[in-house]
Amino acid sequence: MMSASTIQLYCLVAPLVAVVLIATVGRVFPILYEAINASVAVLTFLLTLSLYSALGEGTIEPLVLFEPFVGVSIAIQAEPLGILFALMASFLWIVTSIYSFGYMRGHGETNLARFNIFFAIAISSAMGIALAANGFTLFLFYEVLTLSTFPLVTHAGTDKARRAGRVYLFLLLGTSVGMLLLALIWTWILTGTLDFRAGGILDGDISKTTLNILLVLYVFGIGKAALMPFHRWLPTAMVAPTPVSALLHAVAVVKAGVFSILKVSIYIFGIDLLQELEVHRYLAYVAAFTIVATAIIALRKDNLKARLAYSTVGQLSYIVLGALVANAAGIVGGGLHMLMHGFGKITLFFGAGAILVAAHKTEISQMRGIGRSMPVTMITFLIGCIAIVGAPPTGGMWSKWNLLLGAANTTDWLLLAALIIGSLLSAAYLLPIAVRAFYHPPDDGNETIKEAPVSILIAMIISAAGCIILFIAPDFAFELMSMITSSK
Amino acid sequence: MLSLHLSALQVVIPLLAAPLCAIIRRPGITWLIALAVGIASCINSIAILLHINRFGEIVYSLGGWAAPFGIEYRIDSANALILLIISFIYLLGIIYAPVSIKSEVPEKSQGWLYTAWILCFTGLSGITISGDVFNVFVFLEVSSLSTYILISFGQDKRCLSAAFRYLVMGTIAATFYLIGVGFLYSLTGTLNMADLAQRLPDLISQNTVAVAFGFVIVGLAIKMALFPFHAWLPNAYAYAPNAVTAFLAGTATKAAVYVFIRLIFEVFPEDYFSGFTSSHHIILAVGIISAVITSAVAIFQNELKRLFAWSSIGQIGYIAVGVGLASTAGVAASFLHLFNHAIMKTAIFMAIGGLFIVTGSTTTAALKNAGRRMPWTMAAILIGGLSLIGVPFTTGFISKWYLVSASLEQNFWWLAGLILLGSLVTAAYVWKIVEIAYFRKDPNEQVVRQEAPLSLLIPTWILVVANIYFGIDARFSGSIATQAANTILGISP
Repeated sequence: MMSASTIQLYCLVAPLVAVVLIATVGRVFPILYEAINASVAVLTFLLTLSLYSALGEGTIEPLVLFEPFVGVSIAIQAEPLGILFALMASFLWIVTSIYSFGYMRGHGETNLARFNIFFAIAISSAMGIALAANGFTLFLFYEVLTLSTFPLVTHAGTDKARRAGRVYLFLLLGTSVGMLLLALIWTWILTGTLDFRAGGILDGDISKTTLNILLVLYVFGIGKAALMPFHRWLPTAMVAPTPVSALLHAVAVVKAGVFSILKVSIYIFGIDLLQELEVHRYLAYVAAFTIVATAIIALRKDNLKARLAYSTVGQLSYIVLGALVANAAGIVGGGLHMLMHGFGKITLFFGAGAILVAAHKTEISQMRGIGRSMPVTMITFLIGCIAIVGAPPTGGMWSKWNLLLGAANTTDWLLLAALIIGSLLSAAYLLPIAVRAFYHPPDDGNETIKEAPVSILIAMIISAAGCIILFIAPDFAFELMSMITSSK
Repeated sequence: MLSLHLSALQVVIPLLAAPLCAIIRRPGITWLIALAVGIASCINSIAILLHINRFGEIVYSLGGWAAPFGIEYRIDSANALILLIISFIYLLGIIYAPVSIKSEVPEKSQGWLYTAWILCFTGLSGITISGDVFNVFVFLEVSSLSTYILISFGQDKRCLSAAFRYLVMGTIAATFYLIGVGFLYSLTGTLNMADLAQRLPDLISQNTVAVAFGFVIVGLAIKMALFPFHAWLPNAYAYAPNAVTAFLAGTATKAAVYVFIRLIFEVFPEDYFSGFTSSHHIILAVGIISAVITSAVAIFQNELKRLFAWSSIGQIGYIAVGVGLASTAGVAASFLHLFNHAIMKTAIFMAIGGLFIVTGSTTTAALKNAGRRMPWTMAAILIGGLSLIGVPFTTGFISKWYLVSASLEQNFWWLAGLILLGSLVTAAYVWKIVEIAYFRKDPNEQVVRQEAPLSLLIPTWILVVANIYFGIDARFSGSIATQAANTILGISP
């Protein structure tokens, strides 16, 4: 029987096994790339699941991997929020591997070995972020995640991809090195530790001005959360192949961002301290503005992936807002939305990719009537839309409900209004896509379109089913989140 | 018994080997001698470090003459660290040299090149271990003169004007330094560092001390290429033979920085630098300005060696920032970055040498397709570049961490911000290279895998691995740098 403490390490190492296998076995049998990824993903998921059950028996001991210099260590420790993130990332990795098989081959992409290797490294660093026991470790894996996804964004190798890569690196590295690192070192100087501790490590003895500045540095420094005005990298990163957009830019990378913000709010500041800081209110307004502004931009985008990207930026701000309203309901809502939005958005991206592979269409205006020839794709797409809007029968309802509750608790009606308007707008920019696909007569030539490859359909059905199952059985997520709010 | 003479051996061995090489002059044999010197010096410098860790400071009177009359070598953990850096970079440089030198220097001059190289190493070692300000001047001249020769071995004719320019600047530097030393001698009647440190506090209010201080600082600032005295460096690095550039980048300015730190903190009275003259503000300002601006200049260079030469000036700026903070944490950050920067920059220049062997050019255009053509060489440049930016899991990150925390310790949050801004500027020139090497490809072109020779790749990759190792486990480098700073600032650990 392995101890839970070592299982944490395996969660990190498992995806790297895929790297080794792809580089060795995969070279001989290239057809196995996705099979390797999928089986390693299943393994990672099972390992995370065992961490989840170990958590039921009490706190998991931290595991120190290295101590680069005195007082700062690279250490991992699974706590409820991290396990929630790790469960979601590893489960959706399985689904994406299945999807990737149909997509990458169906779409005739090249350099599959490189693609799959960096994909696995990215997952490993996402697991590292999820399990990080202190801010230092979190930062390390955060940067590795940026660098390992860069080759995926520029995968096509075209000028457009290169430009996107430049924006991607500049914004993500720039914000993290310029602000997040500064904030972390500052925190370290002030407190002498970077450990994530329940109730936070910063305390009231430090001047309010410093704390306010620190909070701003953290919130904007975590550029992966895509808070305006540092959101540009996400829409440009959409030149990447669809599986990348799906898993990394709807789940692993962006969720790593909001996850880090939640971690910082809960374990570095502590919710109570956050409440006392004047600036948390203004940052919440920034998030509220981002929600509404991106929804309006999304309305005007005809390119499907671009619309989804802006929708992602907005939905991320829901989670940031959940963290910044600094109360139990907000935190629960933020954590849940991380999960629910993950399932919903990945379904939508899968759909966008399926349409691209089967019908070679990228613009929404060309997709009229497409639902008749691609019913499975469009039905799952519709479920994804409902999940993002936050209506039953999808899990999105639970997270939006808690977020609204959190905003209502602040009695700041502006925030509440932004959340509601954001949801209404998301219905306005998502639902018509599905509706038009079914009710409008097909354009010329759209009759001959066939349904997407089977592996793509399987992946979409799993993720869409996930949205619905999370509506029926969200208990485990609630349970995890309540562990955090009750222990603070 | 032998352990008593460890410090002298560090200088005596190369000093005897150099004339031997000059007599023999056959490339193969001179190389072997140079290699033997390298191995001996590395073992010696490790022995010194161990000796210091166990017994503390080594004080050695040359020729048995006691301090005020004779020359004294004095080694503590600060110069032991520098000595270790210089010896290892020298050894790796020599291992790297034969194939690289063969492609650039005619066979008949190679013997002379190794002679000059050994002499340069002698000079740098001497600067590092000497406890006598005049003796430092002598070794400074030994290293400078041999460096002029080394640079003029370059393949491009412009190396001669580069060498001449360095000669002029170097002579000015030496003169400034010597004038400063002269003033100190006229005032105190001693050249021994420890004696000076004892006598100067009583004379603190005399203007002569201030003048001497100014001359010494400016002289050394030229030698260490501190902005705005950096003009000699880009051409010198760009036109010297590749192996020589790799060696110089890791060592030449480092020794000068060390003497700079030693003199201003230890020889001059306590607080003279930071309290009495407040000149630490100047060094701090100059350092951070150069770190940001010269890195920006690097973006616009189209010749790789020149590009990284500008980057070196910027990195010296970071080291100066640590010095200018005038705290233990700041000086520790400087020592750590000396160590880290030597590792990363030497690796980069070595990889560029490999690029030259394969493509015959060191312009950025030569990098086209390099990502696929020579993945190992290119990966070395990439990892070195990431380290310059300060990406986690490389030594550069550890340096940045130390430097930023040292500045935040004094509540200089604006300085911390500027240091990190400098990282972003660095990212711009590193990314320029990465894009050319990995993304500018011609779909019609067939790329043939053609890696640099192994004798070049192995020393390069030893440094790359060291770069990553010390980026993950910085306990050795970090603790020795802190120890060095503690000794120099006179704080007992």
